[in-house]
Amino acid sequence: MLYIDSISKGIVIDHIQVGHGFSIFKYLELDKADFTVALIMNAPSKKFGKKDLIKIENKIDIDLAMLGFIDPNITVNIIENEKIVEKINLSLPKKVEGIIECKNPRCVTSTERNIVHKFILIDEQNGTYKCEYCDQIYSWEG
Amino acid sequence: MLKGKHLIDPQDFSLEELESIFELAEEIIKDQNSFKDLCTGKILGTLFYEPSTRTRFSFEAAMLRLGGRVIGFSEPGSSSVMKGESIPDTIRTVASYVDIIAMRHPKEGAPKYASYYSSIPIINAGDGGHQHPTQTLTDLLTIKEVKGGFSDLTIGLCGDLKFGRTVHSLIKAMSRYENIKFILISPKELQIPNYIKTEILENKDIPFIEVERLEDVIDSLDILYMTRVQKERFFNEADYIRLKDSYILDREKLKLAKKDLAILHPLPRVNEISYEIDDDPRACYFQQIKYGMYARMALIAKLLGVA
Repeated sequence: MLYIDSISKGIVIDHIQVGHGFSIFKYLELDKADFTVALIMNAPSKKFGKKDLIKIENKIDIDLAMLGFIDPNITVNIIENEKIVEKINLSLPKKVEGIIECKNPRCVTSTERNIVHKFILIDEQNGTYKCEYCDQIYSWEG
Repeated sequence: MLKGKHLIDPQDFSLEELESIFELAEEIIKDQNSFKDLCTGKILGTLFYEPSTRTRFSFEAAMLRLGGRVIGFSEPGSSSVMKGESIPDTIRTVASYVDIIAMRHPKEGAPKYASYYSSIPIINAGDGGHQHPTQTLTDLLTIKEVKGGFSDLTIGLCGDLKFGRTVHSLIKAMSRYENIKFILISPKELQIPNYIKTEILENKDIPFIEVERLEDVIDSLDILYMTRVQKERFFNEADYIRLKDSYILDREKLKLAKKDLAILHPLPRVNEISYEIDDDPRACYFQQIKYGMYARMALIAKLLGVA
């Protein structure tokens, strides 16, 4: 069993679906961090069997909407004095801006400079979004 | 109040707002002369990033008949768009000169994007294969005029129901009215997209059937909306040969139809409506063109807040 110290002040991103840990790690640019961080992959989980998790020994600003978009089952724990002071359950954001790109070659986003790609959640259960401009469907399949 | 609003998607307006446009259109139809100075001093900007003579003429004629004036371009080659100007910059510039904009663009969502940067109303005059809301207004006004209203109708939509944006918009628009039934007539390859079936028809419990042959159902229709079926859309030659005649409306098929059927077509047609029925009183597609201009007159006046 791998042992990693608990953190005294910082953030634990828990219940990450196996395989997503690394992309979240990269998205949060934790590879450039000058504080203690740990990416744990394939950790045992009561809920899912296996999970990834990330421990960050620092308070950093996290875009919760984006994180929810990558994986809505994630829990974000805020740690102070080695205790969880806040538990945030994520959900799919209603609107996603500048994160995913519309794949429709006929969409205005394919030619306009400086346009921000925007998607609106239309079906929470299936994680379906549509492009705000051309209505192209984007399905997040985990 | 429609003053200052944009029209980007056919669903942008409530039923009441649509009704107010149709009421004004009907007043214009009755007495066009009394509206000839309604837009004096106002300018319509027609930004046509791709050619569309028909729609542009309709908009320009509408504005001129209201006493307003028109400036614009009919292809991007003659504008600063060719120099690489962005949509927001073009819109901010044009909005400084004119009072209302009609915009056609090959890219889907371009008018919506433009509307975010516009201080004046933007009308989507067609964005790629996406939306064409003034065609929907035209279709609705035609139905209202020839049928007296929007309820209790069996509407047949025939031809390319998969790619035809006017068909999708019309289904969405008509599904908001009472006691509507749809008969969807198309080859299997060109059936209505699933999202329309599930999100619009099944979701709202609107009765519809899908059939392959027009002659099997034409007798039950109050409205027949014809669209063009292109050979390239078929997966195989055999199906095309077997079915191609089913999507051509001619005198023979029309014999089976009700006496008060209304035949609509967004035009231009190729061969899906035989010329021999042009004089039949049930052929409404040329009237439809005129209603298109009246609908645009009423729309412009409402968005400008002058009526």
